[in-house]
Amino acid sequence: MRRQFTKWLLEPPLVLAVFALTVFGLAMIYSAGVVHIPNDVTQNAWIRQGTWFALAMVAFIGVVRVPVRWIEWVALPAYAFSVLLLVFTLMVGTGVGTAAGVKSFIQIGPFSFQPSEIAKIAAVLFLARFLSQRKEPLNSVQDLVLPSFLVGLPLTLIMLQPDLGTAMAFGGILFTMLFWSGTPVILLLLIASPILGLVLSYETVIWSGYIVALVGFLYLFRYRLLLFESIGVVLANLAAGTVAQPLWNRLATYQQNRILVFLDPEVDPRGAGYQLIQSKVAVGSGGVMGQGFTLGPQKRYDFLPEQHTDFIFSVVGEELGFIGTALGILAFCFILGHLVQMATRTPDPFAGLVVLGIFGAWITHIFVNIGMTIGLVPITGIPLPFVSYGGTFLLMCWISLAIAVRVAHEG
Amino acid sequence: MNLYHPHSRRQRARGLYLVIAILMGTLTIAFFRLQVLRSDTWELRAESNRIRQLPIPAPRGTIYDRNGLVIADNVPGYAITLLPGPPDSIRATLNQMSQYLEISDERIESLLAFLTRYGRQPLVVDADADFSVVSALQERRTEFPTVHIEMRPRRRYFGGEAAAHILGYVGEITADELASTDFSQDLYEQGMVVGKAGVEKQYESILQGRRGLKYVEVDARGRIVGDFGAFREDPGEGGESLHLNIDIELQEWIHHIFPKSLSGAVIALDPEDGGVLALYSNPGYDPNDFVSGISSQAWEDLNADDRNPLFNRAVLGLYPPASTWKLAAAGIGLDLGAITPNEKMPVPCTGSYAFGNRSYRCWDPDGHGFNNLAEAIGNSCDVYFYQLGLRIGLDPLLRRSTEIGFSRQCGIDLPQESQGVFPAEREFWERRFGYAPREGEVLPLSIGQGPNSQTPLKIAQFYLALARDGSAPTPVLARDLEIEQTWALNLDPDHLESLREGLRKVTAPGGTAHFGTALEHWQVLGKTGTAEHGLSQAGLAEPHAWFAGMAGPVGGSPGIVVVVIVEYGESGSATAAPIMAKTADYYLRRKHGIPTDSVQTYLDHVQNGPVPTWYRERYPNVIGAIR
Repeated sequence: MRRQFTKWLLEPPLVLAVFALTVFGLAMIYSAGVVHIPNDVTQNAWIRQGTWFALAMVAFIGVVRVPVRWIEWVALPAYAFSVLLLVFTLMVGTGVGTAAGVKSFIQIGPFSFQPSEIAKIAAVLFLARFLSQRKEPLNSVQDLVLPSFLVGLPLTLIMLQPDLGTAMAFGGILFTMLFWSGTPVILLLLIASPILGLVLSYETVIWSGYIVALVGFLYLFRYRLLLFESIGVVLANLAAGTVAQPLWNRLATYQQNRILVFLDPEVDPRGAGYQLIQSKVAVGSGGVMGQGFTLGPQKRYDFLPEQHTDFIFSVVGEELGFIGTALGILAFCFILGHLVQMATRTPDPFAGLVVLGIFGAWITHIFVNIGMTIGLVPITGIPLPFVSYGGTFLLMCWISLAIAVRVAHEG
Repeated sequence: MNLYHPHSRRQRARGLYLVIAILMGTLTIAFFRLQVLRSDTWELRAESNRIRQLPIPAPRGTIYDRNGLVIADNVPGYAITLLPGPPDSIRATLNQMSQYLEISDERIESLLAFLTRYGRQPLVVDADADFSVVSALQERRTEFPTVHIEMRPRRRYFGGEAAAHILGYVGEITADELASTDFSQDLYEQGMVVGKAGVEKQYESILQGRRGLKYVEVDARGRIVGDFGAFREDPGEGGESLHLNIDIELQEWIHHIFPKSLSGAVIALDPEDGGVLALYSNPGYDPNDFVSGISSQAWEDLNADDRNPLFNRAVLGLYPPASTWKLAAAGIGLDLGAITPNEKMPVPCTGSYAFGNRSYRCWDPDGHGFNNLAEAIGNSCDVYFYQLGLRIGLDPLLRRSTEIGFSRQCGIDLPQESQGVFPAEREFWERRFGYAPREGEVLPLSIGQGPNSQTPLKIAQFYLALARDGSAPTPVLARDLEIEQTWALNLDPDHLESLREGLRKVTAPGGTAHFGTALEHWQVLGKTGTAEHGLSQAGLAEPHAWFAGMAGPVGGSPGIVVVVIVEYGESGSATAAPIMAKTADYYLRRKHGIPTDSVQTYLDHVQNGPVPTWYRERYPNVIGAIR
């Protein structure tokens, strides 16, 4: 019996934890629909999500039986296909619901899905194949160019949609997988440094200090890097600081507002800061015990934005209190920790890299989504894995899980 | 080198566990801070987010007359209010509402100004809406989710125009009033109804009461979701009732008898305590017109009216007191020992009096011969008073008159009262006319002309003192009120009696005002006055007519003091005296339980039929008792 169970699920503690989390998500989506003036979109969302959940279970059981060789084989075509799909999306993509202005979705009949979700898993698989074939660690900036390009291509296409949240997930994928393949942390920090340079450029004095510190740092580690690499890093940082202003100007107003509001939500409490303030009010007023399942007034009276998708965790905070949010975070810790444990266990480089790629995507989603409900990170439209409403997202998460347990088990 | 050696895998895993711990730990700490440490703040924020205060208007205090009759009370009305929200959506809602009720652009702007200033208070769009408007909006509740209809007591005045100048009126509080210190921020807010004039304004703090509060929950769009049970509703307190000394039926009677085409004022005082029995000014207005917010057209009409219906002549009008003031001159003369009551003036009245190189006329060109004080009052002989004035002298006259208070207010409990004009010293002439007073100035002053203007109320207070023991309290409208100051003439009782003797002669057979003041049950004492003013001196208009006096049972003490002024009324005896007598008669009959009669004075009787028997019995020797 037990063996049967293990045979079916491969990794029972992880799969059961994710299953429980999905059920919890369903319950929260149900609660999100309990408002004083019910509307079709939110009221029956949990039923639609339940249907997708059933579909996801079927997909999971199917994928979990696919041999790893097939998965390895499919990596390249899947990657190529998803990049083409992203290009296609930029041309014919549509927005959905509140994100009507972006081109993230492809509509097929009554269904719409985000190609970036497929691109995510495809990028993980393809990068895993690429990195697992290397015998030497990526020890120089030069070595990092190709893997960065592999991830950077879909990332850039997604930035163009624009979908900052999902793009960030690609960043998470890249960094965890590089880390797992033995890339020195210092090198990872150096290639991440232009992003820091970009952010710090809002204040010239701070930015100048940062550049000086960077140069000093590179001098300290001058024996680990080639000269032109060090120069490249500095140039990249200088470039980032220089393009910051034009880049900022190119951002859509709502994106600029989101960043400004992240710095100070009270800047515009009725406009851009509204979502964040209402979300913080909901979470904060939940207290330790919460207002009770389905009973949160912030949600009931429509103050909470996007309560069944991006801000589902605010509903958790309002209705289940700190106990609910702490247990939720703990559940995610368990899932993330288990993924790391799986990767550690498996001797197969490809398997470990795939698991860690999925880990990298999920930890980004989890941290950014939960963090934005309380203003820890800027608001980006990024869903919470297994909990937020969204059929294709749930399906892809479960397929990712299936791939992770499959490769880890077989490898 | 094996990149994925178990040892290096475990090492990297530790790094990843650390990343998980840092990120998830940060989240947990942040949630702990927000939900456990700062929870109170955010709970408050959540409440203010969705809880709105709605005021429960307090009914204004009822106003009663001295007999317990209601003069002003409240009837149920409706107010249309709008829950606060973003200015744009408020503007849109107001524009949408204007299909069903009249909202001017000005009104919209002022409401938006209130909104920015007093953010969380509901906006009162219409403090007193018609029922048709209310039902139209109720039917379209889904279109106007933030519109709230509240029951609100509406003021109702009895007596209409008759008591307008006493009661004043109410209206919506203005932005200026709201910002002023007279209206405390705790008690007043936009849309409230406050007293604007008269007693309503004077006793605003008593009548207003305290508005209550209830709490409702709203959703993100500002729609009311329901009552919020956790905060207890505060029902507020109704305004206190106010009891006036006014006799509303007397007030209505005066309104009935006062000639509609003429402007003027009537004041009736109770000699016992100085209570104001009636205070009437014609023309008036109907205070009920103001309750629903007076239309700008009606307001313009009232202000453009030449006769100035909003002007309360009884307390604001300034008129030369003319002969009614002779009693003041006489009192001062007696007090200073300038004359004795029975002494006759050396120069007899021949119709005029020569002083300096000028001749000063008496009103009667036939003259009055030699008069003692009572006769001089009875005849209103100017020549006697010219000589009296000269005996007193200019400076003592100015000093004593000022001491008595002819340049002060009475201090009646109304928001506005004019101050009498009387020179306090010689400098007055230089300031006002640019020359030093000549000795002759005392002559016109002593007959109530010259630079002397008094309100009817001041003259009434003076005659109140004559009706009493020579002192008079401040006339007051509200009952049971502490009387602040008392006004004393400091007259010897004998001197007071000789002044009354003079007043008695005025209304006795042969006196200037006999036929218009002869009443069946009462004896009237009083003084006529014919006030010359710029227009009358130029021959362009009639002079103002005064009659000031008192009445009571024959041989008894006075039961009422009445002062009447009729602008351009020509003569005190013909125009003003009958109004005074009828006023007194109406009041005294009811006071003594005698049925009232619309045929009152001797003149009324002879206009309707034969000379009444009561007159023949009381004045058997009067030859002139014919039609």
